[in-house]
Amino acid sequence: MSTIIESIKRLFAHETSSKEIAKERLKLVLIHDRSSISPEIIEQIKEEMIQVISKHLEIDRGGMDFSLEGEEDSIALMVSIPIKGMKRNKKKSRD
Amino acid sequence: MGKTIVITSGKGGVGKTTAVANIGSALASMDQKVVLVDADIGLRNLDVVLGLENRIVYDIVDVVEGRAKLRQALIKDKRFPNLCLLPAAQTRDKEAVSPEDMIRLCRDLREEFDFIIIDSPAGIERGFKNAVAPADLAIIVTTPEVSAVRDADRIVGLLEAMEKEESKLIVNRVRTKLVSRGDMLSVEDVLDILSIDLIGVIPEDEHIIISTNRGEPLINNNSAPAGRSFLDIARRILGEDVPINMYTEDENLFTRLKRLIGWR
Repeated sequence: MSTIIESIKRLFAHETSSKEIAKERLKLVLIHDRSSISPEIIEQIKEEMIQVISKHLEIDRGGMDFSLEGEEDSIALMVSIPIKGMKRNKKKSRD
Repeated sequence: MGKTIVITSGKGGVGKTTAVANIGSALASMDQKVVLVDADIGLRNLDVVLGLENRIVYDIVDVVEGRAKLRQALIKDKRFPNLCLLPAAQTRDKEAVSPEDMIRLCRDLREEFDFIIIDSPAGIERGFKNAVAPADLAIIVTTPEVSAVRDADRIVGLLEAMEKEESKLIVNRVRTKLVSRGDMLSVEDVLDILSIDLIGVIPEDEHIIISTNRGEPLINNNSAPAGRSFLDIARRILGEDVPINMYTEDENLFTRLKRLIGWR
């Protein structure tokens, strides 16, 4: 009985079943495990991105977040970079 | 010439030793000559699961180091005349045996037995490498949990790298009720993620605990769903085409009454 009640509750609450959560977590962790991208490479990408972006924007280095995420068979590098402010374009400011 | 099978998992506590004991005794009950090899040196357990712990004189390290002949170290199971155990050493460590020693040992055992089943220790270090080295077939045991499946995936990868071509999967401790209400990964979910062939599904079954307490294999108990599932796996190993069956406890009046008066 409790099973039916649980399912009905879930139906109305639009709650994801714990199995779906488990499956998603598992897929994600396996993408990390199976990928051959070393932490050094991630670190290098991070540094280079910071260099490029800092030319144009003022960024909060401490608040940056890099992660590998995946959906089905594809894998994505997710980067979150908080922006503190715009750097004034020097050419324009002279005008 | 016998076939060498390793039962492995990566993660501990998923049921490797229970699988070795039950698949081994199932094959022995089907007139196959079987030897079970405990490769978990330093933390041996297969002897107690089989109820043979009081009969150990020599162990695998004694054989490898030449203090005993192979035949002296083998323990015959009195319940299954075709079943033998080669116990692990308890006071040594994994380094006492090398993968080459294991290959040599199994080459000798192949002469006498139809099946050599190796109980691998948890982990991916020396003990695992020892256990896997002589195997023709690797059976990976997992449970429907994130951590166990993750470790199984690592094992699949390592076996591929070691060019072990034949690997099969057992999904152990499946709880049908939890699966149907969406609170446990299903066998399909696990297969979807690991993409290796399934050789059996074992339902969660309290008979396992009882038979392990007693040091007896489960396969003699016809009312135990896990026992029946292990018998099916043994048939599949022998090449029979047995469909995957999710056995449940037959709860009729008679079995309920038997349980009520504590008679099994």
